[in-house]
Order: sequence, then C-alpha cells, then structure tokens
Amino acid sequence: MLKRSLLCLLAGLASLPAWAQFRVEVSGIGLTQLPIAIAPFRGDDVAPQKMGAIVQADLERSGQFRLIDASGSGLDENARPDMSPWRQKGADSLAAGSVTRLADGRYDVRFRLWDVVRGQDLGGQSYAVTVGDLRLAAHRIADFIYEKLTGDKGAFSTRIAYVTKAAQRYSLWVADADGENAQAALTSPEPIISPAWSPNGTQLAYVSFESRKPVVYVHDIASGRRRLVANFRGSNSAPAWSPDGRTLAVTLSRDGVSQIYGLDAAVGGEPRRLSQSSSIDTEPVYSPDGKNIYFVSDRGGNPQIYRMPASGGAAERVTFTGTYNISPSISQDGRWLAYISRVSGAFKLHVMDLASGNTNPITETSADESPSFAPNSRLIVYATKQQDREALMTTTLDGKLKARLAGQGGDIREPDWGPFQKQN
Amino acid sequence: MSMKKYVLVLGAALLMAGCGSSVKLDDVPVEDRSGASVGADSNAAGKNGVTSVDLDKSKSGVAPAGPRVVYFDYDSFVIKPEFQSVVEAHARHIKADKGRKVAIEGHTDERGGREYNLALGQKRAEAVRRAMVLLGAADSQVEAVSFGKEKPAAQGSDEAAWSKNRRAEISYR
Repeated sequence: MLKRSLLCLLAGLASLPAWAQFRVEVSGIGLTQLPIAIAPFRGDDVAPQKMGAIVQADLERSGQFRLIDASGSGLDENARPDMSPWRQKGADSLAAGSVTRLADGRYDVRFRLWDVVRGQDLGGQSYAVTVGDLRLAAHRIADFIYEKLTGDKGAFSTRIAYVTKAAQRYSLWVADADGENAQAALTSPEPIISPAWSPNGTQLAYVSFESRKPVVYVHDIASGRRRLVANFRGSNSAPAWSPDGRTLAVTLSRDGVSQIYGLDAAVGGEPRRLSQSSSIDTEPVYSPDGKNIYFVSDRGGNPQIYRMPASGGAAERVTFTGTYNISPSISQDGRWLAYISRVSGAFKLHVMDLASGNTNPITETSADESPSFAPNSRLIVYATKQQDREALMTTTLDGKLKARLAGQGGDIREPDWGPFQKQN
Repeated sequence: MSMKKYVLVLGAALLMAGCGSSVKLDDVPVEDRSGASVGADSNAAGKNGVTSVDLDKSKSGVAPAGPRVVYFDYDSFVIKPEFQSVVEAHARHIKADKGRKVAIEGHTDERGGREYNLALGQKRAEAVRRAMVLLGAADSQVEAVSFGKEKPAAQGSDEAAWSKNRRAEISYR
C-alpha cells in the first residue's frame, strides 16, 4: 500500500499564508492521473493572487491530475512552446497564461491549453475581472481544463457553505469550493446547523437555535434577508430543497415524534406530513430527479437509511450493513449514496453504488460527519476530526485522494456543496 | 416579563422626549406597572440613561428551587426512578400556576450525527413533557425542544462527560 502525504506547495510559493493550510493526501495504488504542467502565469509575481498556483491546486485536489513541475518556464498564453521537453518530463498537457492589471484597476486574465502529445492547441479564454474575482477566474480556468481533458464538467468555480464555532460565536460561511475567500453570511451566539443550498445557489436554508429552540430559516445570500419558514411547536430541523426549489422538506416534532414534512419554500404555510411512523424519521434529502426522498429512520430498531416517494408513502430500506447509518447525500448523477456509518464505535464516511448496493468505507478517520457531493458528482466534502481538531476534507469517491480545505480558525463543520453557478 | 414592561415604559418615555413638544417628562405621570420605577435600578445613570437590553443575558423566569435536570442512560429515553421527584416537583409548580410556561430542552452526548442527535434529544424532552402532562400540567404549558449535541453541559470525550450531557433541562420561560 503506497501512502504518501505531500504539501501542495511548490518551491517559491511558500510565502502565501493561505496555502499553508492546504494539504493533499494520496493513498492507494492504481490511481490513474493525467500528467499536466501548469506554468506560473506571467504577472503572478505582482498580482494579488497567484493564478497558476490556484489552478494547480484545484486540479490536484480533483484527484484526476498529476502536476508536473513547470516553475521557471517563462511561458504565457502567447507562447509557441516546444513540446519535446514537456514530453520528456512526462506531461500530456500544458497550460500557461498571464494576469495583467488594467488601467481601470481590473485584471485581464488569459490562458491557453495545449495537448503536448499531439502538439495541439486546445484553446484558451480571457476574463476581465475585479481583484475580488481573481480567484473565481482561476477556478473557471481550472473548470475549462478539467472539462477539456476529462470530459466531465468542472466544479471548481462553485461555492460551499459551512459553520464555524470560535469563542462561543457561531458563523455560517460561504466560501469558494477550495475553502478560500470565505465570507460570513450569519453570526450568532447560538448554534447553527444543517445549511442547505437552494438549487439556484442564491439561498441557504439552515437550522438556527437563536430563539432557544431549533427553527428553520431561508437566507438570501446576496441581500442577507432572512425568512423564518419553520417555527412550529417543538423542534424544527434538517431542511432539504426539492430540485425545483419549490418545496422544503423539514423534520418537525409538532406531532410528538420527529417526522418529515413538506413546506412551500416561498410562503411557508401549513406543513404536509410526508413520513408516517411512530419512530424518528429525519435527515431528508431529495433524489436529483425529485421523485424520491432518502431519509434516516430508526423504525427498525436502529438508524438506517430509507427511501420513499417524494409525496410520501411506503418506504423501502436502503442500508443493511451495520447498526447506525445516517446523513445520506445523493450525487447529482443519481449513482451514488454517501452516508456515515458507525463501525466499531467509529463514524466513517461510506459510499454506496446505488445500482449494485456495493458499499465502501473511504476514510481513515473516526468522527466523519455531513457528507455532501460536488455538483459534478466527482468529489465529496465532509467534516471530520484530525488530531482532535475539526476539519473539512474533500475526497474522491474511491477515497484515494483527500485534501484538507483551508478555513477559519476554531471548529469547522457542517459543509454543504452548492450547485453549479450560472456563468455571466 | 417584568423586564419587558420595564422596557416598554422606558421606550414610551423616550418616544415622548423625542417629540419636540413642550411636554416635560417630569410632568407626565408614568404609571409604573413593573414594580420598579424607572431609574430605581442601581445601575441607572440618571434621567437620560438608557438601559441596554442584552438578549444574550435574558434570564429565564423564576424556577422553583431544587434540581431541574433529568439525566438519561446511553441510548435511553426512560426517566429513571431517582429523577421522578424532579419531574413531579416541576409538574406541581406549573399546575399551580397556569400562567407559567416551561420548555423541556433535550440533549445528547457528542457521539453521532448532529441531526440524528437532535431527534434523540427530542425524544428525551418529549418523555419528560409527557410525564409532566400526566402529572397534571396543561399541554399548552410544556414545550419539548431539543439541542441535540450542540450544547454539552460538560466538555470531554469520556463517559464522565457523556453521562452529564445526556439530559433534559426544565427551563422556565
């Protein structure tokens, strides 16, 4: 078993403080990766963000690429690179670009991608962006490269939400998919849990304890406007959006036992009971086609994952191994179920192939929580503990490549990966 | 409750002061229903003082003396015999005062998922709520809510801490 751990830092970039957090762990054999060289962008040395390094880190974190050293190559998007030295280095692809400050204060970002083996120009793009959007431009470049070379859509320019706890303050953050560029959407003296992105990526539903009981809010990210959508007698929790954004499934205890209800996401109103049991039913999540709800129930004596029609009705059991299976997340392609299973007292992230039912634990940690798929179904973000500290990790579905996300100080938890953003 | 009225009286006084009319605050008899006149507080800084309200420090209503926490065994929602008297004392208290409301706040230890623990804490709170209603408290007086594992009473990852965290707290509101 090959197991190595490497700092995703190349010589010369060590002065960037944010990067000190970023760690990539590669484990296991048989990891097929595309070898690619990303040259430092011309202008990276004076720009506020190192574009080449951001693109590199994105591609490396995806698990699909092996980075070939390209420092000191002096290339940009206008170069006509001689491919033979890159072939000798083992690179199949090469990208180079530039970042230039414009007269109006914005930045002009350009890049080009080459197929080294065929000696072919695979295209490029240019963006004029504000300083605040430089990282976004780099993530879009990584998306372009990822899509060209793997055929899958990249999810680097998406956002994640998560919660931190520091000095008895709880904050809900919205950050880039690499954990950087975090902005606080909400700060509270009371806990915040279970953030859930609306399908259009403009709103977050979450559970807040600010009124000394759990209630569900929907929060518009851009304006900060909040709507209290579930404040019924007892506890209100576990919000999940239907794929069309019209319905919020929530767990309410208004009828004595925690059950799943549907609410009109726009107006709230009278909840409609969806699950029917005398046991705990909670943690609803819609299948991407909107037809089913996966949820957790202890109706069989211990918590297991079940599936029922989105409008309610008979439930069928989905997990059969172990006595504690919770926190389901379904990939957007509908193929995979990620969940947490207790194994010998340890809580471990598992991935199930829904077609075959085959299940694999994919972590070495023992306090995993809250898995959430990237919208391209190729990575999972989850919370765990490393050396007794809370951390957010991303992992490939086979568990072979994991990266710890950069983040705020203090405890960090409850990640939710947002949808693809509209490009404008 | 008295705090709320106090703020209302003060708020009304400030509102009038801001009108710009010839009304002098000293001439206006403000009926004091709170039992404590404006400015009688030891922290008050004279007539122009503003009492700041810190929601972080809002106190629950006066609870009867004695214990108000019920502890549970691992994976259990059964009120143990030694805590029966706690439940009875509080049920008696609110039965005698139909205006009182309490929240039963259920909690769990740190093991497992946040949402599933929220549901487990709810089951503990619901067990205490039901017991109090059986003892004569009105259904509308007692609300069962849960904090799951979010508000541990004791820090630590051993049974000593966990046993203090598997609990339901009776909170007067």
